[in-house]
Amino acid sequence: MSGDPIYTEMIIEYSRNPSNYGKIEDAHITRHDSNPLCGDSIDLYLNIDDKKISDVKFDGKGCAICMACSSVLTEMIKGKSLEDVKKFEKDELLSELGLEHLIKTSPVRIKCALLSLKALKYGIYSYFAEKMNDVESAGNLKEEAANLY
Amino acid sequence: MQANTYSLEEIRNDFPVLNRRVRDDKKLVYLDNAATTQKPNQVIDAITDYYQNHNSNIHRAVHALAEESTEAFEVTRDKIAKFLNIQNREEIVFVKGTTEAINLVAYSWGRDNVQKGDIVVTTEYEHHSNIVPWQLLTQETGAELKYIDIDDDGELILEQLDEYLSTGKVKLVAISHVSNVLGTITDIHNVIKKCKNVGAKVLVDGAQAVPHMKVDIASLGCDFYAFSAHKMLGPTGVGVLWARKELLENMRPFQGGGDMIREVHKHETTWNDLPYKFEAGTPNVADVICFAAAIDYLTKIGMDNVRSHETELTKYALEKMSKVKGLTIYGPKDPQKASGVISFNFNDVHPHDVATIIDKNGVAIRSGHHCAQVLMEKLNVAATNRASFYIYTTKEEVDTLIDSLEQVAEVFKL
Repeated sequence: MSGDPIYTEMIIEYSRNPSNYGKIEDAHITRHDSNPLCGDSIDLYLNIDDKKISDVKFDGKGCAICMACSSVLTEMIKGKSLEDVKKFEKDELLSELGLEHLIKTSPVRIKCALLSLKALKYGIYSYFAEKMNDVESAGNLKEEAANLY
Repeated sequence: MQANTYSLEEIRNDFPVLNRRVRDDKKLVYLDNAATTQKPNQVIDAITDYYQNHNSNIHRAVHALAEESTEAFEVTRDKIAKFLNIQNREEIVFVKGTTEAINLVAYSWGRDNVQKGDIVVTTEYEHHSNIVPWQLLTQETGAELKYIDIDDDGELILEQLDEYLSTGKVKLVAISHVSNVLGTITDIHNVIKKCKNVGAKVLVDGAQAVPHMKVDIASLGCDFYAFSAHKMLGPTGVGVLWARKELLENMRPFQGGGDMIREVHKHETTWNDLPYKFEAGTPNVADVICFAAAIDYLTKIGMDNVRSHETELTKYALEKMSKVKGLTIYGPKDPQKASGVISFNFNDVHPHDVATIIDKNGVAIRSGHHCAQVLMEKLNVAATNRASFYIYTTKEEVDTLIDSLEQVAEVFKL
């Protein structure tokens, strides 16, 4: 199985030892999401300080792709400004793990890869729109999340 | 019974899709039969023949094609009656699948017979289609929904049913004949007997039973029985609800429209006779007609032979799988107590990863919660892998499945 386009060393390693795995008690943003057909189910926790992501964790159950992508996403956004995170695109996440091909080759597994990003976009939307009452800053994140896959 | 006529090779030759190569030119190993079965040439030819030679709407026009189509449509009803030993053909209602059949009962019977304070009983190993309609009904009426739990062998703890029945409040027990995840065969005669003793009605979800074993509805003595054509060599979009005539007669219609009426006036309508009262609109004519070819096919093989082929395969698979390190099997370990369904997990690898890796070998299994999240919660897993067999499944295919698990171990460095 060498050269497997999905189950690379990196994906297997992350699925065995996910980064930022755990819960943030009383997090500023908590967002649950799941893929009903495959059983991936995660919670994403974010703390916001000074308009930056000061801490991020996730927990839940999912396949190797979901675990690896959630790990890498949390690594990539930690410390970033909310403005930058709002602009975060799915290609950035997929290319980090060499999974760009999934968009074309596996419409089912792409959902596993992007579940945490969907939770992130919804989470930040609700932070701005509901918690801060700042609909303008929330922008169209909700639509982006809904149309992610 | 035609004990010595089961030729696996001949059967496989009737299923063109089994010759498919998939992924990197791998031979297809189709082990997702609990989801839907493949179709033999006889069924595929029947649908082509229908559209090429007979296509017409039914039950109304007097022209030649309409007469032919109507007759063929009703022939399927007669074949179902014979196949399942149903005495009254008008008790057989065509619907689009088991889900619709159960929803029909929940709506048309449930809304008039279940009230606040009543109990509806289902089980932990039901498909969502035999849980959610009862949640909707009980939430709407204020009745209570109770579950029969399963034990460690994946069998129902029927003492709980006794407890529920002893309250005298149980109006309906909605229960699978065979679990779609564990393959457990319910002790259905016993369940029905218990319910009859106290006058509770019984709905049996037979979606995973009718395709795999001889079912005799007259001797079962239940009140409602539901199943789907596509899980037994037939087309998608056809299901059957069987119900006792006196129940159907007293039930309100499920959907209003053409064909289900006798007379329509501005403010009042009278209903057509059974079963048409429950068949509003143009039915799935073509697929109902070609479903007859599937019933003929299974009748020719003999359901006892179907069952013994699957039992032998399940025994073979369970023996081999129990020797695989890191493999957890859910449900009965005795092939006599189960249908040809094996649910398993492999070490702590998520089922979706298992299924994706073995799919590269052409092995098609199902991974996920199998529309049975209540059962997943009970088993304390997010999902399982499920291999399910049918009349054309071979021992070599079971071997390929088990060999493929080695590749999963390799990828995940187990």
